[in-house]
Amino acid sequence: MGEYGAKDARWISMAGMTPVILTGALFVYFCGMVPTIASGGIIRHSIPWIPSLDIALSFYIDGLSLMFSLLITGIGALVMLYSARYLAGHPQFARFALYLFSFMLSMLGLVLADNVLALFVFWELTTFTSYLLIGFSHADPKSRRNALQALLLTAAGGLALLAGFILLGFATGTYELSEINAAGSLASNPLYGPILVLVLLGAFTKSAQVPFHFWLPNAMAAPTPVSAYLHSATMVKGGIYLLARMHPSLSGTDAWIWTLTIFGGVTAVFASLMALRQTDLKQTLAYTTLMALGTLTMFLAGSSGYAITGAMAFLFVHSLYKAALFLSVGIIDHATGTREAGVLGGLAGAMPVTAAAAGLAALSMAGIPPFLGFIAKEVAYSGAVGASLWGFVVLAALAANALMFAVAGIVAFKPFFGPQGKLPHAPHEGPWPMLAGPVILGVLGLAFGILHGLAASWVIEPATNAVLGFTDSGGRVKLWAGFNLALGLSVVTFILGAILYLRHQALRDRLAAIEARGPDFDAGWDRLMAWLVVVAEWQTRLIQTGVLRQYLFATFAVTAVALALPLFWLGALQLDLAMPSVTLREGVVAALIIAGALLAATTGSRITGIAALGVVGIGVALIFIIYGAPDVAITQLLVEMLIVVLIAIAALRMPYLDPTDKGPAFRPRDAALGGVLGVLVALVMLMVTAGPIDRRLTDFFEAASWTEAFGRNIVNVILVDFRTLDTFGEIAVVIVAALGAFALLRSARRDKGEERE
Amino acid sequence: MEIVVSILIGLLFATAVYLMLARNFLRFLFGLILLSNAANLVIFAAGRMTEGAPALIPYGALTPDGEIANALPQALVLTAIVIGFGLFAFALVLAFQAYRSLGTLDSDEMRVAEPREEIAGEARE
Repeated sequence: MGEYGAKDARWISMAGMTPVILTGALFVYFCGMVPTIASGGIIRHSIPWIPSLDIALSFYIDGLSLMFSLLITGIGALVMLYSARYLAGHPQFARFALYLFSFMLSMLGLVLADNVLALFVFWELTTFTSYLLIGFSHADPKSRRNALQALLLTAAGGLALLAGFILLGFATGTYELSEINAAGSLASNPLYGPILVLVLLGAFTKSAQVPFHFWLPNAMAAPTPVSAYLHSATMVKGGIYLLARMHPSLSGTDAWIWTLTIFGGVTAVFASLMALRQTDLKQTLAYTTLMALGTLTMFLAGSSGYAITGAMAFLFVHSLYKAALFLSVGIIDHATGTREAGVLGGLAGAMPVTAAAAGLAALSMAGIPPFLGFIAKEVAYSGAVGASLWGFVVLAALAANALMFAVAGIVAFKPFFGPQGKLPHAPHEGPWPMLAGPVILGVLGLAFGILHGLAASWVIEPATNAVLGFTDSGGRVKLWAGFNLALGLSVVTFILGAILYLRHQALRDRLAAIEARGPDFDAGWDRLMAWLVVVAEWQTRLIQTGVLRQYLFATFAVTAVALALPLFWLGALQLDLAMPSVTLREGVVAALIIAGALLAATTGSRITGIAALGVVGIGVALIFIIYGAPDVAITQLLVEMLIVVLIAIAALRMPYLDPTDKGPAFRPRDAALGGVLGVLVALVMLMVTAGPIDRRLTDFFEAASWTEAFGRNIVNVILVDFRTLDTFGEIAVVIVAALGAFALLRSARRDKGEERE
Repeated sequence: MEIVVSILIGLLFATAVYLMLARNFLRFLFGLILLSNAANLVIFAAGRMTEGAPALIPYGALTPDGEIANALPQALVLTAIVIGFGLFAFALVLAFQAYRSLGTLDSDEMRVAEPREEIAGEARE
């Protein structure tokens, strides 16, 4: 990041400041709603969107959406301020600011939408905008690949989610989340199973639960402010938000409890081990985010007040400290040119403010009293003890928290106080726009810990009530809850964490060895992509042969099937054939057409073919004459003559129909298809002509031809009066065809001229 | 007569499809001509066929006298014939020009846009 954000770079610009101000204003706006929501109120706005489908663009603000909105706008404003300085002088900074701001708005829409289809649209918008953000360094192939991976994985989950939402609409008869949740549990609905699977697929891909976790660490290819934003309060919390939002209608069943507990628990433990294994500070943080997502999922499995309060408190505090830590790592990277845990150390002297901010955030993350992180952990432990699968949940939570304690040390203690390695740049303190974020967020973690009553009544308890679907007793968020099991677990966490921190370098090598033997999801993804490309190539070669005959064959075959299906399968075929009485005149005409058509199909001679076509044309003209259509017959004859003349001019300059002397080869496959299609068309025509006819239009033309248009030849009146525009179009077609033909012939002449020169 | 015409239409379709599936582009054009004839007959027969009574209003009368041929399909067929002719003429010139620049009328060999070598090369990569 050396070339941008230099000390003297100009960082105050329209593009940089506008989003900060707008987002800050939104934050203030949402702050204004806190009293209403905290006292149990709900704000709902609805505007018609697709009235014909009864879909409204409705927004719904309760405790849960408000907490998310505050985090999204509050952290968003700080991150935008930070990026203005971080990327100052970047040639594409304006683009970046636009992406980030669009992402912020999509995320806001996601958490505020009441209509599930609107929620889905915002969900996909966050996917697309995050794709742009992750792939912002688009010159780097790795960055592009990782962005695409995030896009494909979360968009695929999004499609599953859409299917789940549509089923939800079928099951409940409404697309409004507030109404769906008000209707209570869906557990007895026959569609519950499919809905649960599809919604969880969406939530798990977005929130990177194992085995969909691998896109999240890869998404670290993004500039650090993006990681700070996407992986603290926003993008990845989208899935958690969904789980929380659907909690009243989907939770409480064995399927819900088991799935969320196991996926969440496995993700949490796996991710904290992986976090310990990383040497890049940003990667370490990425895995702790994964760990937080796993823990949140695990606690959302439960329905007790403690479990949900724990989840909401943890969600809130995690957003604060994780954003602060990411931003601090960005400052370290910016100042020293490296994020390697091995070389960073002793920076506290050169970067005191960063050290303090990161320290505050890390203490909250480690769960030290009196930080909010401690309280969140205590409440969560109390929830874990009361969980359905309490043994598993307590162990997973304990392991994750202890590992997190160790990681907090690695990220925020060692770089500032440990031994210093060889750094690419001499460290210097970050500029104030970059420090503002970590400092404010770090201090908030402490402030809310001390003033925990405020945090509880303003944010955490309203959110808990929204998730539970009823008003909880509250009062669980407190600094001192007495000597209880949770406190004991905390003490065990600290001891374990301290041991892990002291031995983390040895552990890291051990973990790396284990990781090397385990399944590589990322490589699996690459294989899947390569396989997709192979399948695409295979089917393209199969379908796109570049041979005209094969395309035509497919088209005719599909037509034949489309005709045959309703006739035979759906039983539309009804034939009541009387032996037709054919007069001699009709018999002769029919014989002419039959002979002409067969001859044209089988002849190997151009002259015979042209003559045979002429015979067919004249036969058709005779039919027109016999059955009262003299105008049509005249046109047909004229056109027929023109065709013969044209073919005679052009075709005789072209080679023989068959290159060899053997004559035309019979093509049984084509003949079979032709025969089948011919029989089908004949059957349809027999049915059509045997059925009733709607003569309303004809009656109108017969009555109006003289009385309104003053013409006695009804056909002519239709063409030049009632349907003039059609005739005009017809003339246009002929002119365009003539112009096209003329241009083609002229270009041929020019080619020849060039050849002569 | 509708029954006879229906069967004739079937035959014209069958021969047209057979010809259009041939490799030689001139045969394809022959098939196209037969197909437009068949399509015209479909429209004509769908409006029912009345022998010997053109859709005319006699002098002095306001409306036609007795049963006359259905005028609507006739108008449609007239348009269709002319447009079919336009299509045919253009296709013929196209074939002629293609033959002059490519030296073949075999549609399998007309592969300027998708040369065989290139497809084979892509498969190897």
